[in-house]
Amino acid sequence: MSEKRVLAPDDVRRATTRMAHEIIERNQGLDGVVLIGIQTGGVWLASALGAEIARIDSTIPVGSIDASLYRDDIGLRPVSPAAVSDIGFDVDGATIVLVDDVLFTGRTVRAALDALGDYGRPQSVQLAVLVDRGHRELPIRPDFVGKNLPTSGDENVSVTADGVVIS
Amino acid sequence: MSRSLLSIDELGVAGIQRILELADTMAEVNRRPNPKVPALRGKTVCSVFFEDSTRTRLSFETAAKRLSADTMTFAVSQSSLNKGESLRDTIETIAAMGVDAFVIRHASTGAPWLVDGWTTASVVNAGDGWHAHPTQALLDVYTVRTALNRTGGFEGLRVAVVGDIKHSRVARSTTAAFKALGADVIWVAPTTLLPPVVGETATDRLDDVIGGGDGVDVLYMLRMQNERMTEALVPNLREYTTRFGLTPERAARLAPQTLVMHPGPVNRGVEIAVDLGELPGSVINQQVTNGISVRMAVLYDLLSANPDSTSDIEINDAVAAARMEQP
Repeated sequence: MSEKRVLAPDDVRRATTRMAHEIIERNQGLDGVVLIGIQTGGVWLASALGAEIARIDSTIPVGSIDASLYRDDIGLRPVSPAAVSDIGFDVDGATIVLVDDVLFTGRTVRAALDALGDYGRPQSVQLAVLVDRGHRELPIRPDFVGKNLPTSGDENVSVTADGVVIS
Repeated sequence: MSRSLLSIDELGVAGIQRILELADTMAEVNRRPNPKVPALRGKTVCSVFFEDSTRTRLSFETAAKRLSADTMTFAVSQSSLNKGESLRDTIETIAAMGVDAFVIRHASTGAPWLVDGWTTASVVNAGDGWHAHPTQALLDVYTVRTALNRTGGFEGLRVAVVGDIKHSRVARSTTAAFKALGADVIWVAPTTLLPPVVGETATDRLDDVIGGGDGVDVLYMLRMQNERMTEALVPNLREYTTRFGLTPERAARLAPQTLVMHPGPVNRGVEIAVDLGELPGSVINQQVTNGISVRMAVLYDLLSANPDSTSDIEINDAVAAARMEQP
């Protein structure tokens, strides 16, 4: 399988910085805003965004959520929780920015929204992803995007702080 | 083939670790205001208990419900078993109603293995005879793992299992689980209450293994089964308590970090003759709480990744369809 690097580490850093600015701008500040990374790929991005937001403006809470137990493909393929959810703040009334590395079918985000609902009733939920690769199977759209990346359905997109690789 | 949990040996070290890590996720669910997830929607878990049980049966039912599975309870005393229906016919009848997992407790060693051979549903051994009680063992090691924050294994941990080892499936399974994770286990019992063949280190002097700097890290007290008294295996309960019970004098000698465990139900005044409130190392209530998380992990592990399983109903349908096709 051939590998193609589409974003370099600097591109990822710049996209993260821009998304941090956009999150502050959209919410007219950071009042009540919290970041929640979706396990496992969204967690590093949520903390990177949190660090950027803290550098630009002020520190906001960052948590993580594991949506495995809410997936709709349990029993169709092995679904194993990868890590324990960590939400150390009150979800009720918060403006939550869900963070994931890649937005693909939208099923993970659907599961994460259901999981979030069991912690409380947020004021609103926004979605930030580093890569939107298309092929949505549910009516879900991101609010903040690092890069729109046209892919075919059978390609694999890997995202780390060291860049984005299609294989 | 469906997957089943029948014994610690068959689960293996990797399986134990997998369940323990899954139990961390389930424990987080249980700490929420609404401790329920939709993971096993549409699955049905049937408990079939041929022996009395409070905590194990309730624990399994709670675990299944918190994963959104449906639960059925088979009440042996009100069943057609009293009309002479065999265990096999009973199991096959229930399975034909569409059951994904049986949780079974039976007085006969090996019964869960038989049931596993009769059904394509998963089977969880909730205790068979004197033989095995794997979910109790898993919740025991999970309790020590969380209480001592030993996620990497139990290398160097010293565990004493005290009491009626001979008749105890808990002793056998929990010993196997502790040893699989690297702990050293010593059995403490009068020789009349040890199995005829002892594979473990054993002693009849409880005072040698507790207290001071060289005492054990975990003191696991077994229930002294009153029904054993009729068999004259110990002279009387008071003498048993004097030699093998956790008396106030022994509690005072325990190092404060020693964990005290018990599978329940506790015979107060016999194996534990002090107020549990005065035992700072007691994790007996945590064992009960953790039991739900561990059983959620077991049910999820068996029922979540089963893409190739065929239910008994589908098999019956397939058999019926095959018969229809024949002239």
